[in-house]
Amino acid sequence: MDPTNTTLVELRDAIAQKRATATQVVRAYLDRIEKHNAHLHAFHEVYTDRALDCAKQVDDGSITGALAGVPIAIKDNLCTTWGRTTCSSRMLENFRAPYNATVVTRLEDAGAIIVGKTNLDEFAMGSSTEHSAFGATRNPWDTARVPGGSSGGSAAAVAADLCAGAFGSDTGGSIRQPAALCGVVGFKPTYGRVSRWGLVAFASSLDQIGPFGRTVEDIALLLQVIAGADPLDSTCADEPVSNYLNELSAPADNLRIGLPRQYLSDANDPAVNDAVDQAVDVYRSHGAQVVDVDLPHTEYGIPTYYIVAPAEASSNLARYDGMHYGHRAQHADDLVDLYSRSRAEGFGDEVKRRIMLGTYALSSGYYDAYYLHALKVRRLIKQDFDHAFERCDAILCPTTTGPAFAIGDKTDDPLAMYANDVYTVNGNLAGIPGVSLPAGQTTADDGTHRLPVAIQLYGPVFAEARLLQIAKLYQSVTDHHLGRPELET
Amino acid sequence: MPEQLTEEQVRRVAKLARLTLTDDEVRDCAGKLSDIVEYVSKLSELHVEGVEPMAHAMDVTNVLREDTSADGMPVDDVLANAPQASPPFFKVIKVLGDASGA
Repeated sequence: MDPTNTTLVELRDAIAQKRATATQVVRAYLDRIEKHNAHLHAFHEVYTDRALDCAKQVDDGSITGALAGVPIAIKDNLCTTWGRTTCSSRMLENFRAPYNATVVTRLEDAGAIIVGKTNLDEFAMGSSTEHSAFGATRNPWDTARVPGGSSGGSAAAVAADLCAGAFGSDTGGSIRQPAALCGVVGFKPTYGRVSRWGLVAFASSLDQIGPFGRTVEDIALLLQVIAGADPLDSTCADEPVSNYLNELSAPADNLRIGLPRQYLSDANDPAVNDAVDQAVDVYRSHGAQVVDVDLPHTEYGIPTYYIVAPAEASSNLARYDGMHYGHRAQHADDLVDLYSRSRAEGFGDEVKRRIMLGTYALSSGYYDAYYLHALKVRRLIKQDFDHAFERCDAILCPTTTGPAFAIGDKTDDPLAMYANDVYTVNGNLAGIPGVSLPAGQTTADDGTHRLPVAIQLYGPVFAEARLLQIAKLYQSVTDHHLGRPELET
Repeated sequence: MPEQLTEEQVRRVAKLARLTLTDDEVRDCAGKLSDIVEYVSKLSELHVEGVEPMAHAMDVTNVLREDTSADGMPVDDVLANAPQASPPFFKVIKVLGDASGA
């Protein structure tokens, strides 16, 4: 068995049944990272010695658990007491977190081996992983293209088989969109399903941590390890956590799939709409009833998001003042000047832009017109989904309007970049779970490379088990998730 | 429709946000922020009278726990990331006196 060419669940079983040692497995992945990371720049830091030490402890039986020996990557906005937690920002270039994120603790308690931290857009603000102070990540399918973002490093790492699974955070699509562009599965749980303790905050009412994997089974296993109430995060729900992996074997019977016409625009890449059409056929042929659903406020999602998220970000990022941690400017006239220079030197352009936008939307005279108004539209967007889910179990739609775009294409046009998240932001605004699944490939516009396209499934709040069953049905009769990029060396 | 953001408005917001911007950044920001503000102003098409604002994805209010004491973080850990420290204190520049710009 090549440990880098199998699924996470199979790998976990192979280690548990002593068909492979954790040391062999971890070494195989570290070798692959060594070979490909310089070109892809998926990882910021790789914890070679620590990972091999943990693997040894799995092999001698002192570390056990549901993920014992499985190599995992985490986005570099999740705090760990080892290594640095940079958020791809000069502001936190040398920051060493004094505590672990709850997700990190739960992964390690389950025996997972964290091999490294992955690149992201600075403070998770972006859709391409180009807004990183430490350089862009490249898409493994075509290294002239972006992997999507903001969790582009994690998506690229899974796509290139540099880890068995990975974690990211999703505020407006930052797990699902890069998963779509890199041809892997990406899952955003219900808001409150997973503790945000130790996730560096961007927009607290929208942020949610979730897994990347090759298959729905892998996602189910990773999710059940990290989900559930946490005394350290009072917004983390006290809802029971299922054994999502075991529940996948339940049949997806009496299925009703909702199809929202607002997401099937002619402006989408034809390959994307074809992928949705084919998924409709898959579900119909397995007895599902496909119904049209109406999400009339869809087009207001991006404008609502770009008021709500920057407003929350401008408050959350006020903590970076150069006093207790983070970058401090060398010279300043007085305290306010020191704050202002430290922040100007520490933050990149996109982060500054969002802080400015949020500060403006919350400032006296504009609060009612922008922020309060946006919160009311957010309610209308949520109500659209509530009504739709009265008629269906899951909503089927695209994850993105098209495949990966070229590096540099959208960096100077914020609105073009923001438009990437048109089919994902509404899930965050409503707080519902969503999963992006590989759904085929299309030829790049320059005719040189094959690029992945994806479908997305949305479910009602806390209906993760059912949503994963529905996703699994698709993967059990299609092979799109088995496609792998040919890596340049 | 909102007016274009002027450079003066951008400077005012930058001051509120505690960001020192260069003249070039102010110019660039005025253009790009104006475009974004014009775009998000699409929301004003919608009538939202009587709609309850939604600040949070879940209907949670206060979450209570037992009021028990626990150890805080060790001072060394707290100061480990400080740009300047004089243990057990953070070291900052003089904050009293002329408060211009505050």
